[in-house]
Amino acid sequence: MIELKGIRKQFGSHIVFDDVDLQLERGEIIVIVGPSGTGKSTLLRCINFLETPDAGQLTVGDLSLDATTATRDQILALRRRTAFVFQNYALFANKTALQNIAEGMIVVDGIAKREAYARAREILGRIGLADKADAYPAALSGGQQQRVGIGRAMAANAEVILFDEPTSSLDPQWVEEVLGLMKQLAAEHQTMIVVTHEMQFAREVADRVVFMDQGGIIEQAPPSELFSHPKDERTQQFLRKILAANKS
Amino acid sequence: MHALDIDYMLGLVPILLSYLPLTLEMAAAGMACALVLACLLAVIRVSRVPGLNAFALLFISFFRGTPLLVQLFLFYYGLPQVLTFLVAINGVTATILGLTLHFSAYMAESIRAAIVGIDRSQTEAALSIGMTRAQLMRRIVLPQATRVATPTLMNYFIDMIKSTSLAFTLGVTELMGATQKEAAGSFLYFEAFLVVAVIYWIVVEALSWVQKWLEQRLNRAYQR
Ligand SMILES: Nc1ncnc2c1ncn2[C@@H]1O[C@H](COP(=O)(O)OP(=O)(O)O)[C@@H](O)[C@H]1O
Ligand SMILES: [Mg+2]
Repeated sequence: MIELKGIRKQFGSHIVFDDVDLQLERGEIIVIVGPSGTGKSTLLRCINFLETPDAGQLTVGDLSLDATTATRDQILALRRRTAFVFQNYALFANKTALQNIAEGMIVVDGIAKREAYARAREILGRIGLADKADAYPAALSGGQQQRVGIGRAMAANAEVILFDEPTSSLDPQWVEEVLGLMKQLAAEHQTMIVVTHEMQFAREVADRVVFMDQGGIIEQAPPSELFSHPKDERTQQFLRKILAANKS
Repeated sequence: MHALDIDYMLGLVPILLSYLPLTLEMAAAGMACALVLACLLAVIRVSRVPGLNAFALLFISFFRGTPLLVQLFLFYYGLPQVLTFLVAINGVTATILGLTLHFSAYMAESIRAAIVGIDRSQTEAALSIGMTRAQLMRRIVLPQATRVATPTLMNYFIDMIKSTSLAFTLGVTELMGATQKEAAGSFLYFEAFLVVAVIYWIVVEALSWVQKWLEQRLNRAYQR
């Protein structure tokens, strides 16, 4: 189970959000939508302490910590229980596709190299890149790079995978293969929180859609409900805008 | 004016070449130690380790701000007077120490620049899978940074080979020291120093070829 309670983050005097609560059951898939600049990335990054929250409690699996008193060891433990997929892939440029996936298992989990590479190969098969094991990121297409990025997250065996706009940097022709892989993970009941503008993906895959605007979470509901009967005016306005943009 | 004594020069070549290994050994040892120290200094500078950062800045400033010859004299003639256990330090060790400290100060800055140039998102990715800062540096950042910095580091290595000639001022009979002795015996200074100049020149040219080859290879690295 994942639980965020009373999370606050501010940059200088600018409070991005305050008192954010969010809960996920194991296997649940949440999609976060909202206008840009409202703190969706910041919230995801607070969940694994890429940004340090200014207040609040975090629970991921068997680990609970308070933002203001978290120790170095707690933060490392938290990061082992979460995995992150970046908008710009953020693959290790000096590692092959196989090594990118195996790196965390070897260095962080202390799994023997042979075993780690065997598992990494198995993951490469699942993400459809078995033939690219020895390719460096620079030799891969955007779609392939992001699939490796997801493979790296899968290798972490995390309680939850956090996706920050995983298809926003991709050329249109690669978007489907990445969404396809994410749907595959969803079908395997991988717990995930996904920030995306892909409304179709949210409709199909999300158990719950969370709408964020200035200051925090405005409302959350199953996709069928949120998309057809948004309660808050800001949600309605956002959905009108984005659906119009998707049509054109 | 007299004609060049070609026979003398040809005879000198094998004699001087027998001192080349010592010159190269001092440069290689200095380079290896300087690389390690430079990486350490660069990491301290980049991560702004409190206290250590101030020390690194002072260190770099001092060793870039004073002549290598002065530093060598300081270590070889000066330091043993203060730290008496250093009395036994020999000229070769003092030279390697001086080269290490002097060049690490320069190399630290090139490595630091290369580290800063590496895409920040890789750092975040490494942290996100639970790596410590030390693991991140060792596994991801430094391998890439040293590659980026390699051409510059090779320049420093070439510079270092030439700088080993200062060891003769500490009484070390390396390439330059041997030449000095030969010239003093024959009084054929021009011939002797011309021969040693050509030897240094050929060594440096050879290394420049290695450097070009390495650069081409490095440009292709991580691309396939
Ligand atoms: N490192 C930072 N320093 C200062 N302000 C930041 C930083 N990161 C994000 N912000 C600000 O926080 C707000 C939320 O940003 P972000 O989480 O990236 O929004 P979103 O992902 O919803 O587009 C924005 O106003 C942004 O300018
Ligand atoms: Mg964002």
